[in-house]
Amino acid sequence: MASVPNNRLEQDERRRDADHIGFLKYRRYRWLWIALIVSILSIVGYAFIEQEPRPNGGSWYGYTLGTIGLLLIVWLSLLGIRKRNISEGRWSLKAWTSAHIYLGLALTIIGTLHTGFQIGWNVHTLAYFLMLLVIVSGIWGVFAYASLPSALAAEPMLPGSDKPDAPRDRRQTQESMLEDVAAIDRQLNVAAQPLGRAQCDLVIAALNQDIFYGGAIARLTGAYPGCKTKQALQNIAQSGSEAETSVHDLLARRSEILGLIRRRLRTKALLEVWLFFHIPATIALLAALLAHVVSVFYYW
Amino acid sequence: MAFLIRTIAIAKSGREIIRDRTIESAGLVIGRSPDSDIHLPDLTVELQHVSIADAGGGMIEAKALGELPFDLNGSTVNEGTIDPNAGAAISVGPAELAISREGDGPVQIIISQTAKSAGAADPVAGFALAKAMPSKRGMAWIFAVAVLVLLLTVPIVTNIFSTPPENDPYDKERVGATMFDAAWSAGALSFEHHHLEDNCEACHVTPFVSVQDNTCLSCHEELGLGDHADMDRQRTGMPPLSQGDAIQWSIAETLGKEGPLGCVSCHAEHEGPVKLEASTQQFCSDCHDDLDARLTDVNFGNASDFGDKHPEFRPAIYTAHFSDEPVRVSQKDGPPEQSGLKFTHYDHMKDEGGVARMAISLDRYGEPLECSDCHMEWTDDERERLRKGGLSEASIASLGDFTWSETDLKQLKQSGFSERRIQDLGDYKPVVMEDSCEACHSLVFDRDGPQFRILSHGDVDTLMAELATMNRGARPALVSGRGRPGQFAPGGRYFTNFGRPMSAYIAINRALETTGVCGECHIPTMTEGRRDLTPVNLPDRFLMHGAFYHSAHEEDAAGNPLECVDCHMTKEQGHEQSNEASDLLIPDLASCRECHQGEAAVKTEEITPSSCAMCHGYHTPTAPWRPRDHPTLPGNGGNDSVAAILSSLRR
Repeated sequence: MASVPNNRLEQDERRRDADHIGFLKYRRYRWLWIALIVSILSIVGYAFIEQEPRPNGGSWYGYTLGTIGLLLIVWLSLLGIRKRNISEGRWSLKAWTSAHIYLGLALTIIGTLHTGFQIGWNVHTLAYFLMLLVIVSGIWGVFAYASLPSALAAEPMLPGSDKPDAPRDRRQTQESMLEDVAAIDRQLNVAAQPLGRAQCDLVIAALNQDIFYGGAIARLTGAYPGCKTKQALQNIAQSGSEAETSVHDLLARRSEILGLIRRRLRTKALLEVWLFFHIPATIALLAALLAHVVSVFYYW
Repeated sequence: MAFLIRTIAIAKSGREIIRDRTIESAGLVIGRSPDSDIHLPDLTVELQHVSIADAGGGMIEAKALGELPFDLNGSTVNEGTIDPNAGAAISVGPAELAISREGDGPVQIIISQTAKSAGAADPVAGFALAKAMPSKRGMAWIFAVAVLVLLLTVPIVTNIFSTPPENDPYDKERVGATMFDAAWSAGALSFEHHHLEDNCEACHVTPFVSVQDNTCLSCHEELGLGDHADMDRQRTGMPPLSQGDAIQWSIAETLGKEGPLGCVSCHAEHEGPVKLEASTQQFCSDCHDDLDARLTDVNFGNASDFGDKHPEFRPAIYTAHFSDEPVRVSQKDGPPEQSGLKFTHYDHMKDEGGVARMAISLDRYGEPLECSDCHMEWTDDERERLRKGGLSEASIASLGDFTWSETDLKQLKQSGFSERRIQDLGDYKPVVMEDSCEACHSLVFDRDGPQFRILSHGDVDTLMAELATMNRGARPALVSGRGRPGQFAPGGRYFTNFGRPMSAYIAINRALETTGVCGECHIPTMTEGRRDLTPVNLPDRFLMHGAFYHSAHEEDAAGNPLECVDCHMTKEQGHEQSNEASDLLIPDLASCRECHQGEAAVKTEEITPSSCAMCHGYHTPTAPWRPRDHPTLPGNGGNDSVAAILSSLRR
């Protein structure tokens, strides 16, 4: 098939533009403006409508906001399905994500106005707070995606990567870090052979501890108080026998690499943790929303 | 002793590499130390871990050399004896030592490494947070199912398969049968409906059908609340809906909501534990400002603001003697009240003159009369009795001269009156002749031995019958100085009067004359040629469609005490000149407006802003002050009554 240079050029230009603009700035913040207009219209409408005895979701305006909110929530949650299908252009995933973020933010306004600021221990408020949880975790997600990758790039090089014969990209890949630890472990295993029982046990504990030891909290905070490598390092003196010195040095190196791994873990955790709220809360929200709508009309 | 040591290692390719060596020695040392006979380079192994030595008799003794034990045939021990011919397995650290001997051959020790558990399939997966968090999918399922089961399925299923309790306005303990539906409540119920908080089905009767008026009425009809007016008339009287409202209501009514006149369109529930608030003036004036433009046949004027636009009061009074029903007459027309009494307030209230002198002379008063001498308020004790109920017949009678309805009597004897009903009774009890007038206007007509006989008040027939028996005791002698002897004399045991009761007839006639004892207060008349009295027609209540509480008017807005006469005076002259029985002393609109202005008025020491609801109820304007049935007019009675017989005798 013959190529059409002009079109091809345009197409390439377009693609390059599209490739370099993030979902936040998509089409000069088109969806931000749309979301702002929707929010402002909702607030103005709310302010101008007199509702006796107090605003509530059961007024005509309440039903209107509720319907918009419901449709928005269902559409927003479809991103999970949409992102698994690839397309481009007007309905590109980037456009969709941009709309997802800004309309999701506008949902705070629409949803809050729909409540009429009536909060209670009931399925309606449950749905509202699940919605807020989804939105807040989503905001965290956007923040994380916008700021953390640069933190990832700014991570220091592996020890030894400044040597001239080091591979060009000695920035720690996950595999390289694990390999480094494994190599140190093998050396430790040998170096520790002459050590006595107690010191051996310390080394064994350090070697046997899972590299990824520590729960979600440890990953997020970077605090690993039960780190066996650190304990071993503290209890095997550098100034002892030759074996001890060599084990100490190896442990220190191991500890350093573990620190890098844990730094990576922390960045990744901060980057990923929002999804562990965003997704389950979205599904719970859809369930609560169903219960909310059915219960309202069941007991109309 | 000879030991054949066979080491089995597994190459990366999976091939087994077998190495054999033989050691001639009395014993062996197994350990991590490189000088050990069997060197196990593993950190879990002691430098010198186990010694194996000849125990004699073909047996071998295994002994731990350090602190750590070893495993012998699966059990952890510090030492043990082994029969190599039977075979044994020692494990030290990761190594498995199988010991055996064939006949007299060397002791064979086969060393194999226990296979290490395979590492994770993808070690890098550990970097993902998912390794440290519960699964997203799992959490989503758990939360969603919990919500759908607890907050949707349980309420619906229990609602469908249970029988809701029947509504009863007097039973506030009933709870609904639906489970977990409290989680559906969009907000607390109003103060008055608080007891229904756990009884959703009381109002939400049918699934997916909005709350219906009939459901409200299932309690409220019994509690005496009715429609504001006939529904059709309300629909006609309403101002037309705005286009937006009309569209809304048409949608709502299509979906089964009651219309704008339905209960819930005003009485929205689940709006918090609030008390029912009085409606605003606007709520009333929406319709009443120009009601006559839509309801052309209404007999009351338009109203929108008490200070600016409110019709003159129309007290219900009897404007003619003998009328059966009171009629509502505007105060503007200065209506003469024809109560059938000659009573004038001026005569009774002035500080000097015969009435004042007489009052001063009576212990009971001691000074000229005051309003409260006749117009008595309900006491707190009486109100408490009304409220509590459980009254005996005597207790009910002591409340005063009332014609209680069947329902009233039932409530007085059992549950007691509602606060509303007590308010309906008004602040003052009806004036009762025997209590308020008789001290001066004596009903004594005869003596019977040491006692006085007192006429029954209220019924002309009884009066005649009683007067006919007058003077049975001491009639004047026909001939002076010739009395009957002994016990036949007047006052004696056998005294009998055989004469015609002429004086009794005279007494009856005289009593019913203008100057007679009855005529002091009543207007004599003739009924079917017989003396009679004009019936007394005093309404219990003059203003039927508004609430008024004297107790709220003991002081004016500035806190100065109010006297009765400040409001109750004739329009022209003031009360002191109220010297006509036909004067109506009910205050008119202007006198109320001296203090009460519309809702928007500014509150001052003189002015009290007053919305419609200060005096009017929405659901009760047609019912609250319903005058009691008109008292039976005194008539002639049957032919067999004493009065009839006397009358025929006269003729």
